[in-house]
Amino acid sequence: MIRRMFNVLLTGFLLGGAGVAQAELLGDAARGEKLFRDCASCHQVGPGAENRVGPQLNNIFGRRAASAGDDYRYSKGLTRMGADGLVWTFDTLNAYVENPKALVSDTRMAYRGMKDETDRADLLAYLRGFSASPANIPESEPTARPREVELSPETLAIVGDKAYGEYLSSECLTCHQRSGANEGIPGVVGWPVEDFVIAMHAYKRQIRPHPVMQMMAGRLSDEEIAALAAYFAELE
Amino acid sequence: MKLNRRAFIGTGVAAAAALQAPMVWSQGRPRVVVVGGGAGGATVARYLAKDSQGQIDVTLVEPTRHYYTCFFSNLYIGGFRDIASIGHSYGKLAAEYGINVVHDWAVGVDRDAKTVTLAGGAVLPYDRLVLSPGIDFVDGSVPGWDISAQNKMPHAYKAGSQSELLKAQIEAMPQGGRFAMIAPPNPYRCPPGPYERISMVAHLLTQVNPTAKILLVDPKDKYSKQALFEEGWAKHYPGMIERIGPDFGGDKVEVRPDAMEVVIDGTVEKVDACNVIPGQKAGRICEMAGITDGNWAPVTGYTMQSRVDGNIYVLGDATAQGDMPKSGYSANSQAKVAAMAIRGELMGSSVFPAKYSNTCWSLIAPEDGVKVGAAYEPTDEKIASVSSFVSQTGEDAALRKQTYEESLGWYAGITSDMFG
Repeated sequence: MIRRMFNVLLTGFLLGGAGVAQAELLGDAARGEKLFRDCASCHQVGPGAENRVGPQLNNIFGRRAASAGDDYRYSKGLTRMGADGLVWTFDTLNAYVENPKALVSDTRMAYRGMKDETDRADLLAYLRGFSASPANIPESEPTARPREVELSPETLAIVGDKAYGEYLSSECLTCHQRSGANEGIPGVVGWPVEDFVIAMHAYKRQIRPHPVMQMMAGRLSDEEIAALAAYFAELE
Repeated sequence: MKLNRRAFIGTGVAAAAALQAPMVWSQGRPRVVVVGGGAGGATVARYLAKDSQGQIDVTLVEPTRHYYTCFFSNLYIGGFRDIASIGHSYGKLAAEYGINVVHDWAVGVDRDAKTVTLAGGAVLPYDRLVLSPGIDFVDGSVPGWDISAQNKMPHAYKAGSQSELLKAQIEAMPQGGRFAMIAPPNPYRCPPGPYERISMVAHLLTQVNPTAKILLVDPKDKYSKQALFEEGWAKHYPGMIERIGPDFGGDKVEVRPDAMEVVIDGTVEKVDACNVIPGQKAGRICEMAGITDGNWAPVTGYTMQSRVDGNIYVLGDATAQGDMPKSGYSANSQAKVAAMAIRGELMGSSVFPAKYSNTCWSLIAPEDGVKVGAAYEPTDEKIASVSSFVSQTGEDAALRKQTYEESLGWYAGITSDMFG
């Protein structure tokens, strides 16, 4: 509790613009980097980070919610909360990471929440390192998104047949809503092609654990996965 | 007001279609009549209208204006959903997809003239007909019960007023009273359905009547997700549920609705509420159309076409197709294959190989959800299972909660896939 209050004060202080870079006081950033691996299948952070399935997280501290760029499509609720003035601080991020839906009921982030307070502090300490003023983004490699599966360049280069993808997608739409809504089952609309392909191959090889998805992906060919990726990527 | 809006939107769709395909339009749009507005019928109507961009004239015949999904009706009985939350109307299918929604009963099919006759007297011509009528009950399946007894001993296996009636009767049981269910013989709609219902009745009774007992009379040796249900019942409802299988006369049961008695292999049991789920067969219109073989309508798994008449497609519970269970998910899956095949026949659009899947979620107790599912592909003989999975006994509470939440997501997904 004391530690948490200290963190809040510190964050407020830093956001005031006068602080010294001591982001590590928030928690163990090295441990946070490991925890971030769970996030990295959707989020990038670091030099060159781009919006992917989730928005890039550079400068997340102090950023107004739903403002990572016009190319990222947020849920209506998060967009509204950003417009209403929600700013990502230690406190708001801490609450969001603990239980995303409790803060933003229609969030597209299909993450169930990080229950452990120390884990969250460590994760946020890691992310704090990528927020400007006073800590600049370190001169490290771009977050190599840890690839869940190694796919051959040929597999990644397959250009999906969207018409076939549209037919195949009808099977997905029994559960994954066309609107992209995330209610107990994550939305899959508008994902970058590569992320979609990697995720499906991860299910197909049973690296990702969900039994329904393992079964669905298990019988899709590389071409079929590419077709679905091409179709869903362009859905509005 | 609604009619005007519909007519206006219909015209808009037609105009757009005419621009894209004047040839087709000048010859008159091909007509598809769909009988039954459930998971199979609503889905096939929506996909035909949507994917043909109005170039196919789609008529959906469904007697009820408000459709209650059988899936999740057990959750209503358990108190996890209100009845309104499982009710759906056809407004969007009419207004946004240009589907002619006709609320009437189909009472005859003339396969030579290619027409469907409705109870109100209308005769609908078709180029292709889709029958997705769900189930009817086999006469004499449970001696002593016929449809005239459905108010005393509800089946609640078509959702809506029957579900409300059954729930009210269970809630009205005297303290310490007894509820009985007569489970159906195979094959029937929703294999885990009766056992999810037992779970939901048990949950309801623990809230309002904790000393009540449940008698499950079952003609089958084994049933879907049996180990999961038995584990859950022992954990959540110890001592409340007694199952009598065929080894103890569960297959030799008679009911006396007036006396509220259940006779099991000659032994009379008094009960306070009784749910009779009789043996089942394809919705009657299949028999009227002359496309049944025994109780069900055989179809080819490549397209869901009737094996008797290639102009007729049959979906969902009414079919004999092979390995897929009779479920809303299956019907929805089959509808997409049929819609693609029909568009291919009528419009010349691409036809891809059929793929099917099914998942059935069941709720055992609050936040204790389980699931079973499989993927299927057609062979010359049938729709064959190619892979499957089932929840495991002993799973932790977090996973069970996640499975339950997933089922809520599925409900939202499939109902928007059906009704727009």
